[in-house]
Amino acid sequence: MPGDDLKDGRIVIVGASLAGLRGAEALREEGFTGSLTVVGDEPYPPYDRPPLSKQVLLGQAPADTTGLPMRRDPDADWRLGVRATGVDPLGKRVVLDDGESLPFDRLLITTGTRARPWPNPEEAALDGVFTLRTRDDAGGLAKRLAAGPERVLVIGGGFTGSEIASACRERGLEVTVAERGPAPLVGALGGTLSKLAAVMQRNHGVDLRCGVTVTALRGDGNGRFTGADLSDGGRIDADVCVVALGAVRNVEWLAESGLAAGPRGIACDAGCRAFNMYGIVTDDVFVAGDVSRFPHPLFGYQMLSLEHWGNAVAQAEVAAHNMVSPGPLRRPHLTLPTFWSTQFGLNIKSVGVPTFSDHVVIAQGSLEARRLAMVYGYQGRVTAAVTVDMAKSLDYYRHLIEAAAPFPPPPGAADRAIAADIAIPSDVPDPKGLSHGPTVALTGYLPDRRLTVVQPTG
Amino acid sequence: MRTVVDLTRCQGYAQCVFLAPAVFQLHGEEGLLYATAVPDDQVERVRQAAAACPVQAILLGEEVSAGAR
Repeated sequence: MPGDDLKDGRIVIVGASLAGLRGAEALREEGFTGSLTVVGDEPYPPYDRPPLSKQVLLGQAPADTTGLPMRRDPDADWRLGVRATGVDPLGKRVVLDDGESLPFDRLLITTGTRARPWPNPEEAALDGVFTLRTRDDAGGLAKRLAAGPERVLVIGGGFTGSEIASACRERGLEVTVAERGPAPLVGALGGTLSKLAAVMQRNHGVDLRCGVTVTALRGDGNGRFTGADLSDGGRIDADVCVVALGAVRNVEWLAESGLAAGPRGIACDAGCRAFNMYGIVTDDVFVAGDVSRFPHPLFGYQMLSLEHWGNAVAQAEVAAHNMVSPGPLRRPHLTLPTFWSTQFGLNIKSVGVPTFSDHVVIAQGSLEARRLAMVYGYQGRVTAAVTVDMAKSLDYYRHLIEAAAPFPPPPGAADRAIAADIAIPSDVPDPKGLSHGPTVALTGYLPDRRLTVVQPTG
Repeated sequence: MRTVVDLTRCQGYAQCVFLAPAVFQLHGEEGLLYATAVPDDQVERVRQAAAACPVQAILLGEEVSAGAR
């Protein structure tokens, strides 16, 4: 059968992540019988990150217990604790930091993101200053929270920062959230739901400071964090600080690779094949998960950059299928962006791209009830929906987005809200003014939209 | 054994909470928190929960073993 040779050979996966593991499993599921090597810079087998800001910080699960269960054993050679430092595209080898290099016939890149560090390295090194991305980060922070600090300062009111603040309050800890934008989550959900997020934080006793920037972190002279200065002249005394300023794509190791890798990720086509720097698609390098950016027809063929669990799984499965399938049998990755967050007792779920919007309606429920479905539209078309404690409704709106249904959406729910016809501006701010970004970003060009800002570090 | 719930799929039917309350708990009205490490005496209950989940969001399995090469 044509393409049978694709089921054999050498495949290397760089990134022992959720996407890396699911990609490895899917390759075997698709009939790949060749050699499979997975490289990961952390010394741990693939683990799940969402519990790190929830169960782990709440003290309900130790940080070393979030290892991901396998769907099947991918029979791979796991090279853990080893960092890939480059790719030789002509020699078809991945170069490792231990001096070895791994030859490949096809390569899958799933290196994801890391936490954006506090910009001042000396202040970032103070004892008590954390970021939250890895299992080690979460273990260290959970230990510090269990010791009962006087106050925790969270810098950044995005999803991670808000979940950390929620966990702190649940543990009875005093917490201050400092956010440069007008409200938490505004960069991801727009103005209306950000107001609900702010109310929830304050009702749960969070000292929420919006419209301020943290200008300096202070130490006690012995290298211990003691507090921070704010742009409004204020000062916060705290003994733990969590920097939650979003994510940085792990692409630096590809600088010499000739691939289209940049601060927004590695550009790939709808079939997960990486572009090279000339915009020519490769046929042996594939990308999946947070490190990729890929075109989506529902959003004007702009390139989507997602930091979502579900996308890592779905895209890795498509990449694996396409790595072992000849051209005509390849599939596009067309899954709609979907994410969830649990904070302050509310379950927030989203489908589509909320920032790709000009207006919203509350289609079911209400802000006062803390239970609602909000639908986002762009130029008269449904582009996203967010539910708060109404997850069962989300699928309905997903179908509307997939069908490019008119906005405001037609009556569909028996419990249709009175406000369902009243479109109000979605009020998505310029991300330059925020401490947090959306976890879904369009990185193409639309004259009236500017939805991401790139902040190179280091 | 380890468990992971695909919370993108989860719609809060909470069948798992009834079948294996020591592992799955609701946090608020429909947010789900779960023990990532499943104790041996809960494995059968988690299997039942995985089978009963209306949206098939629960995966139970072994993690990649640390010494794998």
